[in-house]
Amino acid sequence: MLKTLGAQIKEFKKDSIKTPLFMILEVLMEMLIPFLMASIIDDGVEKGDIRHICIIGGWMIVAALIGLYAGIMGGVCGANASAGFARNLRKAMYENIQQFSFSNIDRFSTAGLITRLTTDVTNVQNAYQMLLRMFVRAPISMVCAMIMSFYINAKLASIYLVAVIILGACLFFIISRVSGYFQEVFKKYDDLNASVQENIAGIRVVKAYVREDYEDKKFSKANYNVYKMFVKAEKILSYNAPLMQFAVYSCILGISWLGAKMIVTDQLTTGELMSLLTYCMNILMSLMMVSMVFVMVSMSVASAERITEVLEEKPELTNPERPVTEVKDGSIVFDHVNFSYKKGNGEYVLKDINLNIHAGETIGIIGGTGSAKSSLVNLISRLYDVTTGSIKVGGMDVRSYDMETLRNQVAVVLQKNVLFSGTILENLRWGNKEASKEECIRACQLACADEFIEKMPEGYETYIEQGGSNVSGGQKQRLCIARALLKKPKVLILDDSTSAVDTATDARIREAFAKEIPGTTKLIIAQRISSVQGADRIIVMNDGQVDGFGTHGELLANNQIYREVYESQTQGGGDFDEKGGV
Amino acid sequence: MPGPGPRGPRGPKPRVENPGKLMGRLLKYVGKNYGIHLVIVAVCIFVSVIANVQGTMFMKNLIDLYIMPLIGQSSPDFGPLLGAILKVAVFYLIGVLTTFSYNRIMVYVTQGTLKNLRNDMFHHMESLPIKYFDTHAHGDIMSIYTNDIDTLRQMISQSMPQLLSSVITIVSVFVSMIILSIPLTLVSLVMIAIMLFTTKKVAGLSGRYFLAQQKSLGAVNGYIEEMMEGQKVVKVFCHEEESLERFNQLNDELYDSANNANKYGNILGPVNAQLGNVSYVVCAIAGGIFATYGVGGLTLGALASFLTFNKSINMPINQVSQQLNSVVMALAGADRIFRILDEKPELDEGYVTLVNAEIENGEVREAQKHTGHWAWKHYHKADNTTTYQPLEGDVVFNGVDFGYDEKKMVLHDIKLFAKPGQKIAFVGSTGAGKTTITNLINRFYDIQDGKIRYDGININKIKKADLRRSLGIVLQDTQLFTNTVMENIRYGKLDATDEEVIAAAKLANADGFIRRLPDGYQTKLTNNGANLSQGQRQLLSIARAAVADPPVLILDEATSSIDTRTEKLVQDGMDKLMHGRTTFVIAHRLSTVRNSDCIMVLENGRIIERGTHDQLIEEKGKYYQLYTGNTGELA
Repeated sequence: MLKTLGAQIKEFKKDSIKTPLFMILEVLMEMLIPFLMASIIDDGVEKGDIRHICIIGGWMIVAALIGLYAGIMGGVCGANASAGFARNLRKAMYENIQQFSFSNIDRFSTAGLITRLTTDVTNVQNAYQMLLRMFVRAPISMVCAMIMSFYINAKLASIYLVAVIILGACLFFIISRVSGYFQEVFKKYDDLNASVQENIAGIRVVKAYVREDYEDKKFSKANYNVYKMFVKAEKILSYNAPLMQFAVYSCILGISWLGAKMIVTDQLTTGELMSLLTYCMNILMSLMMVSMVFVMVSMSVASAERITEVLEEKPELTNPERPVTEVKDGSIVFDHVNFSYKKGNGEYVLKDINLNIHAGETIGIIGGTGSAKSSLVNLISRLYDVTTGSIKVGGMDVRSYDMETLRNQVAVVLQKNVLFSGTILENLRWGNKEASKEECIRACQLACADEFIEKMPEGYETYIEQGGSNVSGGQKQRLCIARALLKKPKVLILDDSTSAVDTATDARIREAFAKEIPGTTKLIIAQRISSVQGADRIIVMNDGQVDGFGTHGELLANNQIYREVYESQTQGGGDFDEKGGV
Repeated sequence: MPGPGPRGPRGPKPRVENPGKLMGRLLKYVGKNYGIHLVIVAVCIFVSVIANVQGTMFMKNLIDLYIMPLIGQSSPDFGPLLGAILKVAVFYLIGVLTTFSYNRIMVYVTQGTLKNLRNDMFHHMESLPIKYFDTHAHGDIMSIYTNDIDTLRQMISQSMPQLLSSVITIVSVFVSMIILSIPLTLVSLVMIAIMLFTTKKVAGLSGRYFLAQQKSLGAVNGYIEEMMEGQKVVKVFCHEEESLERFNQLNDELYDSANNANKYGNILGPVNAQLGNVSYVVCAIAGGIFATYGVGGLTLGALASFLTFNKSINMPINQVSQQLNSVVMALAGADRIFRILDEKPELDEGYVTLVNAEIENGEVREAQKHTGHWAWKHYHKADNTTTYQPLEGDVVFNGVDFGYDEKKMVLHDIKLFAKPGQKIAFVGSTGAGKTTITNLINRFYDIQDGKIRYDGININKIKKADLRRSLGIVLQDTQLFTNTVMENIRYGKLDATDEEVIAAAKLANADGFIRRLPDGYQTKLTNNGANLSQGQRQLLSIARAAVADPPVLILDEATSSIDTRTEKLVQDGMDKLMHGRTTFVIAHRLSTVRNSDCIMVLENGRIIERGTHDQLIEEKGKYYQLYTGNTGELA
């Protein structure tokens, strides 16, 4: 983990090293100053030597200035190093995610990737800054103050040694007990917030079933548990401050008592006594600081681990060594294809699929929920790799193509599709960056999207909100189809892409396809019989297997499932959701 | 996954209208349950600070009274010194004990208050009208529970005690300094003024960059969210490089602003510390001169104490300025918390309730146990009588107008009659107002004009909870809760037995796939059933309605993601269940609405056609067009 993360420090290595060095310089000045203070009191104030006070005071100001410089530089370098480290982490993750295949994305889930790129990076950034600025500074400060104390008076300084050991042991005990509690408590706390989130999203269900009181009780109970755990953890933490105080006070009193005796017997000066008391605070505060850094860093370990997971994830699909960069035609062959989402074990989602589809054919695919229709088509553009068997497009195994070539030639309109914030034109140009406006309009006409875009006040310059929230489901689907058409693909796959488009428009889109892009192989997944019955051939999927493959007439005569679906939708099954042209 | 909520901290530089009043309200809220605790805490902090200050005062005496006189004595008497040290030790001990006490008590005050706040907020949120959730982004509501509560925790547990102790320290140290030497105190004050001035300057710069950082962090996080949601589309379109290019640009901007914000935040500490040292030197030189020339009767010991005080006043002053910042932040959060608590809850002036009923010879009586029959208990104030009206599911809309906001009506003059046992379907394009109509029946929204009657009773008179209990709804967006499949279905009827749940699942045709899940009915669903398909989630949602066994059922696109074969099976089951009861169906799939008793065709918030399937086909109107896929001209 450390190696993977450390590799991302890159150009900020220099600042990462400079920061602790500056912090050490600052500490040295900080140590020197009480020493000078002692001199001011002993040789200046006590002897009434104003000149001495001024000289040493001048030195002290020089030391303060050096300390200021070191402190500022440490702050500047530390900020730069940690902000830069965070930038590199985000960049490296984002770059790697771009290489991810679908199965990699599935494994992390969208929400998982977002958390890793945002919250986790911020946690690591803060911990890193703390580490650079404090983790070196605090122990050095402690050690220096200790050395100075011993230099002044070894006998008195040994009191500090005892205090440090006792306080350190207590802090260690508290922290080790508390960090476990806190991990537990934060998990529970997250769960509690997740349940609030659920209630907000599902408020209609809650209200429809009159479950307000039920949810309220459930929440109160969970909330009380969180409260109890927080109290338990923080109660332990509440020993921290008084313990620290106790240690400081004990030291002060001990030093005062013994110190006074030494001064009287001329073994110590008053100035030295004052310096010793100053170092007391330095030593014990530094110890506290070390324990704080320790807590913070250990809290960010989970985040660091999650980031490492993304960085170390190897993209499942890679380009072959000598990739083919041209797809000859749109023919597709499935040869004894078995497919499972999980490697190794796991049931096959697709079982022994054998298909032979000619270039330019229109193929309908129909089947119940969970019959693996989407899995079938996702293999064609190599969004996933087959487990056994092979798939050929244009006569070549899909694994021998350059992936970009393959995906540009095999255009998929995904079931769960997304538009991005930007104008309609910008969204369309995802299909082809260089597409002229005329080409875009042409594609929209084919997808029957032109008609509603024209009616929008700003036409093709209309701004699409994030996730396409300002267009209706049917409009979104048509825009997605147009976007795919702009690729001018040899194979076009529509995965239930017209489900929210009304029957009439759906029919017109299919008509346009047949007329305008006859050479393109078209695979159409649909729930509606009317969407597929005009296809050259239809695949009936059932439970991961091809149950029937033939024309509408053949299937109606021979395939029971197809007949049942047909009958349940007799007369073509019109849809009412949207009328054409809106 | 940890709680979703918004990503990244919220905007900084919060502006609070009336911080004093808000602070007062917050204190009152804390004091409601922890009033005595707060008083004890304040006393403890006071004692603890005084104990600390007297310790520093002792330094003066240590040198002047107990050390100086002894120097040069042949057999010094340490008795008085021991006595003094023991006295201080007692004070110190009291200090430690009070510190411990207030730290301990604050744990309860903080966590208890937060617990109460969360409870109150949740309880209140559950009572808010649907409109509130329509008009507030869910992420914003969530951030009140997460970010605002967290900043409040910091404020109550850290800022408030620290502020109090800092102020007490400053005052007492200041008083001590004046006692020691007035001229030196003036010198010290000048230095403090310089320090405050610098702090303000640097903090101002840091604040400005902090704002910029928040802005670019928002931009980066927003971009990440959008692109991760669409990552599969990015892959399909080989758009990786473009996606990366824009990301790098935003990421670099964030780096710049984060660097600057942290930079100025970081240098504040050293600047103040070193200014403190300079102040020490200045006071030492000035004090040295004063002591040498005996100005203001300054002794050597007094100077030593003064220098210690001078050092110890710097820290609390810095702390006050820092804590004030975080208090303002927390108050902004408190403002949002109180605002949600101040939201007006759903009004419910209904008094007609739903009771179990026994029907004998046409006479309806209230029953104590579940009978399978229900009646509306209607109390008439005018003649002080109570009548019982059997629940039948007769729904009438009469001239109903409705708009989500007063200015823009979405439904106009809706008239409809649903007789018990009828199946009423709504069809029409997106935005025609289908879902809105069903949301009026259960009073998610209140109508602007017209009347809705349920079994002859104006629905405004029916208690909302009872009204909703009598209606089963399967919503367009399925919502599942983090729990087992079994419990998710049982949500429809909390006291349903396992057998009843399984029967309902069978009726909804969900039993098959549930049994194939890794743990069957005990499979835990998370993240709104993320690992189920949309169709499977709809089946669960139908099963949930089925187990509730309601007299009236509203299905809003409830089967849109279920394949037609399965839908047919589900429908047969539902028809059996709903035999003799009223059903409202919204669907865009013909097969779902064909066998309805009455089909309403909606357009732009008006019912433009109504009738049975055959009648509407006969009419050759809008329904016919939609149904056959033919436009008017072609027909």
